[in-house]
Amino acid sequence: MAEAALTFRDLTLGYERHPAVHHLDGTVERGALLAIVGPNGGGKSTLLKGIAGRIAPLGGRIERASGALAYMPQIADLGRDFPVSVFDLALTGLCGKAGLFGGIGRHARRQALEAIGKVGLAGFEDRPIRTLSGGQLQRLLFARLMLQNAPLILLDEPFTAIDSRTIDDLMAIVKGWHAEGRTILAVLHDLDLVRAAFPQTLLLAREPLAWGATTEVLTQAHLDHARRMAEAFDRDALECHRAA
Amino acid sequence: MYDLLIAPFAEFPFMKRALVGGLAISLGAAPIGVFLMLRRMSLIGDAMAHAILPGAALGFLIGGLSLGMMTLGGLAAGLGVALAAGLVSRVTLVKEDMALAAFYLVSLALGVTLVSANRSNIDVLALLFGSILGLDDATLLLIVSIASVTLAALAIGYRGLVIECLDPGFAAGIHRLGPLFHLGFLVLVVLNLVAGFHALGTLLVVGIMMLPAGTARLWSENVTTMIAIAVPVAMAANLAGLLISYHAGLASGPAIILVAGAVYALSLLVAPHGFGRRLLPQRHLQG
Repeated sequence: MAEAALTFRDLTLGYERHPAVHHLDGTVERGALLAIVGPNGGGKSTLLKGIAGRIAPLGGRIERASGALAYMPQIADLGRDFPVSVFDLALTGLCGKAGLFGGIGRHARRQALEAIGKVGLAGFEDRPIRTLSGGQLQRLLFARLMLQNAPLILLDEPFTAIDSRTIDDLMAIVKGWHAEGRTILAVLHDLDLVRAAFPQTLLLAREPLAWGATTEVLTQAHLDHARRMAEAFDRDALECHRAA
Repeated sequence: MYDLLIAPFAEFPFMKRALVGGLAISLGAAPIGVFLMLRRMSLIGDAMAHAILPGAALGFLIGGLSLGMMTLGGLAAGLGVALAAGLVSRVTLVKEDMALAAFYLVSLALGVTLVSANRSNIDVLALLFGSILGLDDATLLLIVSIASVTLAALAIGYRGLVIECLDPGFAAGIHRLGPLFHLGFLVLVVLNLVAGFHALGTLLVVGIMMLPAGTARLWSENVTTMIAIAVPVAMAANLAGLLISYHAGLASGPAIILVAGAVYALSLLVAPHGFGRRLLPQRHLQG
C-alpha cells in the first residue's frame, strides 16, 4: 500500500459547534488525484480549510505527511484591485521557498515566466491584475500554485465560472501534477469532469457517504442519498456522543 | 531667487530645524501612508491620531512640557489602542475598524476628562496642530530616529508586508508571521504619528502621511514606484509649505498640508489614473 499523504481520524470540523464534516475517517494516499463532491453546505470547503490549517477540528485529527501544501480557496482573499503586475503575483508563489527575506534571482524569474507561459498568459506579464478577466486570473493563480511546487495541492472549486477551453488547459496542468506524483484534492461540481479525469472520489454531505473509485462512488443511489442529506440543518441539535 | 528659496533657511535656525524635521517625517510617514492606503486603512491614521492625543495630554499633565513624558504618553495610548483593537478584531466577530473606533473614542473621552478635571492651561491647540517652528534638538533627534527605524523596518519586512496586503490568506499559508506583520505595522503607524505630532500636531500629521500616498496612487500602478513618488512629494510639500508660510506669514503646519493637498488636487486632474481619462476620452482600440 502506498504511503499516506493525509489521514483523517474521526475528524469533525465545523462552526459554532455545528459540524460541517462529521466523523470522517480515511486515508489519502500519496499521489492520489481525489475529487470531493457533494451538495452545497456539505462540508467540502470546510474539509480543505481544515487540511490547510485555517480552522481547528471540533473533534478528531488530521495527520499530514511532511512537506509544503498549496491551497487555492474558493474565494481568494486576493485584493483584485491591488497594484501588482501579473509577473509579480506569480513570483509570490516562490515565497514559500525563498521565505520573506530570501533573494529572488534570475532562475526564479525564469521559472515564473515559464509558469505564466504554461497557463497561457504569455504577454500579460506587465499587466496589472485588475485588468484580468475572471478566467485569466484563475489561470494566473494556477501559475502561482505551480511555482509553489508543493507535494500536496488543495483546489476548492477551481473551475467555477470558467469557460471550457480554460478548464481543459488547467486540467492538463492538474494531470501534469498528478503524473509528477503530487497529491491533489479538488472540490468539484461537474460530475462529468470528475468521471472523466479523477480516479477517486469522496462524496461528502456532512457525513462521508462514499469514498473510493469514482465509478463506485458516483452511483445514482449515492447521489440521491446526498441530495436528501443536504437539507437538514438542526438549529437545536443535541450534543453528539458517537463513539470513535 | 536666493532671498526667496535659500535665505529663510540660511538665516533662521528655527527654519532649518523645521526643514530637517519635516524632511525626516516625510521619509517615514509617506511610505507608511502608502501601506495604509493599500490596506484600505486610510482613515485609521486619523483614528490613531485621536487615540494618541489624550496620551500626550496626560504626559503633559504629569511632566509638563517635557518631550519625554508627552512622547511616552502618546506612544502608550497609541500602542494600547492599536493592540487592543488588533486583539478584539482577531478574537471576536467585531472588525478592526469598529474595534479601533471603540477604543480611540474611549481614549479620547478619557483624555479630555483628565485634562478638564485638572483645569490646566494645556495648550491643546499646539497638540492638535503642532509647532514645527519650535522643534528643539531632542525632538529633532526623536523624529530622525523614528524615521530611521521606520525605513529599516520597512526594508526588512517589505515582502511580507506587501504579500500580507495583497493576499492575507495566501500570506498565512506561507508563513506564520502574518499577525506579527500586522501588529508591527500598526506600531510603525503609531511611532510615525508620535514623531509627526510634535511638528504638525496629532491631526495634521495624518495629512503628510496620506495626501502624498493618494497622490502616488494616481500616478502609479506599482507599490515600489508609489513609495518612490510619495516620499519626494511629501518632502516637496514640507519645503514649499515652509517657504510659503515664511513669506506670507501663515501658520507652517497647515501650509505644508495645504501644499500636499494642492499637489493631490493637481494630480487628480492630470495624472494618468485621475479624472483625465474621463475628461479627455480617447477612441477605443481595435478588438
